[in-house]
Order: sequence, then C-alpha cells, then structure tokens
Amino acid sequence: MNTALRILSRLGLALTIGPAFLFLVDAMSLETVKTTMMLGVALWLVSAPILQRQKQNALTNPENRDNL
Amino acid sequence: MPSSQFSSPNSSPATQSGGEFEREPVSKNALKGSNKFWGMYAGEHAAGTEFMIGPLFLLNGVSLQNIIFGLLLGNLMAVLSWRYLCAPIAVNARLTLYYHLEKIAGKWLVLLYNLANGVLFCFLAGAMITVSATAVGIPFNMTMPTIDALYPNSASFVVVVLAVGLLIAIVATLGYEMVARFANIAAPWMVLVFLACGIISFKQLDVSSWAELNQLWTESIVFAQEGQGESAMGFWSVVLFAWFCNAAMHVGMSDLSVFRFAKKASYGWASSAGMYVGHYMAWIAAAFMLAAQIKLLRDASPVPGPMASNVAGLAGIICVVVAGWTTANPTIYRAGLAFQGMIQTVYPKISRQKTTLAAGLVATVAGLFPAFAFKLLGFVGIYGTILAPIGAIIFFDWHFRCKGNADTLHQSQPASSFNLSVLFAWLIPVGIALYFIQSVGVTPWVFPSPCWIACGLLYLVFNRNASTA
Repeated sequence: MNTALRILSRLGLALTIGPAFLFLVDAMSLETVKTTMMLGVALWLVSAPILQRQKQNALTNPENRDNL
Repeated sequence: MPSSQFSSPNSSPATQSGGEFEREPVSKNALKGSNKFWGMYAGEHAAGTEFMIGPLFLLNGVSLQNIIFGLLLGNLMAVLSWRYLCAPIAVNARLTLYYHLEKIAGKWLVLLYNLANGVLFCFLAGAMITVSATAVGIPFNMTMPTIDALYPNSASFVVVVLAVGLLIAIVATLGYEMVARFANIAAPWMVLVFLACGIISFKQLDVSSWAELNQLWTESIVFAQEGQGESAMGFWSVVLFAWFCNAAMHVGMSDLSVFRFAKKASYGWASSAGMYVGHYMAWIAAAFMLAAQIKLLRDASPVPGPMASNVAGLAGIICVVVAGWTTANPTIYRAGLAFQGMIQTVYPKISRQKTTLAAGLVATVAGLFPAFAFKLLGFVGIYGTILAPIGAIIFFDWHFRCKGNADTLHQSQPASSFNLSVLFAWLIPVGIALYFIQSVGVTPWVFPSPCWIACGLLYLVFNRNASTA
C-alpha cells in the first residue's frame, strides 16, 4: 500500500513537470499538457496527504520511535 | 514572499506562554536537522504573491539582463544576511525575536512592534486574497481587476473576494496545524507548477536566441507601457528589491524564531532554497507568463488567475488558489496572534479566534482593493522599511552590549515596560524614510538598509546617553 502510494505521488509530480518539457521539444500539444498536468495534480493531492498521515502515525507509534 | 514560520506561530506574541521555548532558550534536544530548514524555505517562498512580482518587473520596464543578474545578486545578499546576520545570533541566543526584543526594549514596545506587524500582515494577506480571487473567479466569468484599479471594478469581484477572504479567515480561526500540513503537502507540487509554467511560457515566446528573447522582451515592455518603454527599475533597484523584500525576516531578525532551532549557523544557507526557487525561478517564470500573454493575446494585465490558466489550464488555476490560500492563511493567523497579544494587555480574556477573525476581516477588506496586489513592489518595500530596523537594535545590542555572549543576554531581566532609546532609534529613521516615500516619491525598497544602519547607531548613542545620565 505504502509503496503504491509512493509510486503514485511521484508519478503525480512527474506528470506535473514532464509535459512542460515535452511541450518544449514539440512532443506534446498545449491542450494535452494541460490535461496531463491536471492528472498529475489529482494524483499528487490524493496520494501525498495519505502518505503524510501514515508517516505521522508511524512517528507517533511508540514502537517506531527512536531514542534520540 | 514568505508565509509562515518554522515553529507554530503560537510562539509569536510576547505575551504567550507554552511549550515552544517562548521565554527560554531552546534546549539541545529540541534542535532540528538541516533538512527541515531547506524544506521550509523552499516551500514558504513559493507563495501566491510570486505570481504578481515577476510580471510587475516587466510592467516596470526592467530589462531581462537586470532581472536575471539583479535577482541573482539581490537574492545572494539576502541569503548572506540570513547566514551571517540572523543565524549566528539565533544559534547563540536561541530566543524568539519577541522575547529577545522584550529583554532589550520592554513589553510595551514589543506590543507596538506587534501592532505594526499585525497591520502589515493584514495588507499582505489582502494581496494574497486578491491573487486567489483572480483564479477562483475564472469559472464565474468574473470581471478581472485592471492594473491601474485602486477600487473593486465589479460586483462579481467583490462577491468572490468576500467569499474567498471569509473562507480563509474562518479556516484560520480553526487553527494553524491543518493549513500548515496542507501547505507542506502542496509545496513540492507548487514549485513544479511554477517551473512548468515558466518552461511552457518560454516555449510560447518562440525565440531561438538570446537576441530574439531580448527583442521580444523589450517589445513586451513597450506594449505594456503603451508605447513608452521606460524603465522605472534599474539593476540596483532589482538588487535592492530582491535583497530587502524579506528584510523583516533576515536583517529584521524575525527569523531568529526559526534559526533558534538550528544546530549550527551554517543552516542559514538553507534560505538559498527559498530565494533561488521562489524569488528567482518563480519570479522569472511568472514574468515569462506575462510576456507570453502579451505576445499571444495582446493583453498586459498581470492578473495571476488568467495568466496561469492560459499556460497550465486547471492545474495553473488550482496552483494560484492554493499558493494564495496556503500563504494568506498563516499570515492572517499570525496577524490575529499579534492583535491578541496587544489586546490581552487591557482585556486578558480575548480569544485568539476572535482576533484572528478580526484580522481576516481586515485582510478581506484590503483584498477588495486590487491596488495592494498591483502595488506589491512598493508595499513590500514599506513593509521592510518599517520592520527591519528593529533587527538592527538586536544586532547592535548583541555585538556591543552583550559582546556576543548569550549568558549576558539570558541573565538580563526584560527591560522596563518601554525603552525610549529603542523607540526613538526606531521611529526617527523610519519616520524620515516614510516622509521621503510618501511626499517625495522615492522608491521604498532603497530605505531598509539606511534605516537599519541609522536605527542601530542611534540606539547605541541613545543607550550610551541614558547609561551616563
């Protein structure tokens, strides 16, 4: 689950910036760029909050805390 | 522009107390690693206002060379100010700005500083609300404000600003944590949207050489200025603006509250993430967005929502809303705390929710006036001119009275309620600067530096006279 979310969030970031570079080299139209970026937004905004919540839960779980 | 601080803003007012090391040095086991600082600065300086500042450079006729090299140098000076002026004091004294200042200047003067801070925060948040409203209004066919508009120009604009402002104000009253968490989530994505917008706009400019880009840039300035093509900002103006747009944070020592958690003063270099991502890449990207809009649509209105929509579609609109919201919210929260700190001295039971809501309402009213957003360059200069000199008091006191010794500072009791030496050292240079800004029309961003130096020197003179008397 965690790995899948991590992949999704990184894919979201890739879909946010990648299309701009493809547009720069004439490999993608502006309309496709806009649609793909929106998909990237959706992926990031869905996966990142869940990942962050899991990370916080892990930190507050006493078994996972270090002694620093 | 920055939005929030490293720790919870609950630590801001001098009157607050709690577990955030508000009135004691930060202990060793509470220090944080460098990654936190790099992440915080990178995220916090990719704010909604960056969408305004880049295009305003173009409208002010700044040449492309001056933007690229002026921002490079100005941002470097800002980073050096954080690293060598602010961070060394922070990691030795390990106190908040407010408690540090209270020890030198007294509680009442800190409250006066809070008032100035709170009011200026409200106007800054107002500009962010305007920025967000230009994106929210797109689906409703809202009439966008024009660059020379002082007042709201349509009923739809008023309705959208009121809705956005009230929503932000209400969320700010609910607390800081939720917004801070969302801001942290949005930060990496927002930075990439800024970069994507810059790349797409650059492509839309359709240039193949530096000379062509320069030519197109000059034509854009001439078009935007309706044939005049005059530059209101030269190289040094850009340098000073970039250096001092966050003057309150570095030379003004507001970020003592941040770096008191740093293990070493070298963490001050983390500010370079904010400067070169938010105040370099994002400003240049936003400036390219306006240039592309002028080329393709013959429209020189630097309205963030439509500009981002033209380049990145719905993702751009969402970015403008989120960037405005995540920065306006903590700013309003902070203003509310500043007001609460003040009012509590006469009415101790005033709640943080009420003062935050009041700050949000003031910010919303300010957001109705597009001039705060469109005159952001000047406003930011005034903001630095008023608040930065307080940092000189701390700097000169630390090096001349405390001799850089934290024990001397920690063992000293807070000054009596109102230190007149500090008050006059602060108000005299700031008053003169405001006269020149308002009456003579001198650009505001030239004043933080002379005011800072004058304030520090006057403090030493007044303090010596007071001691001998």
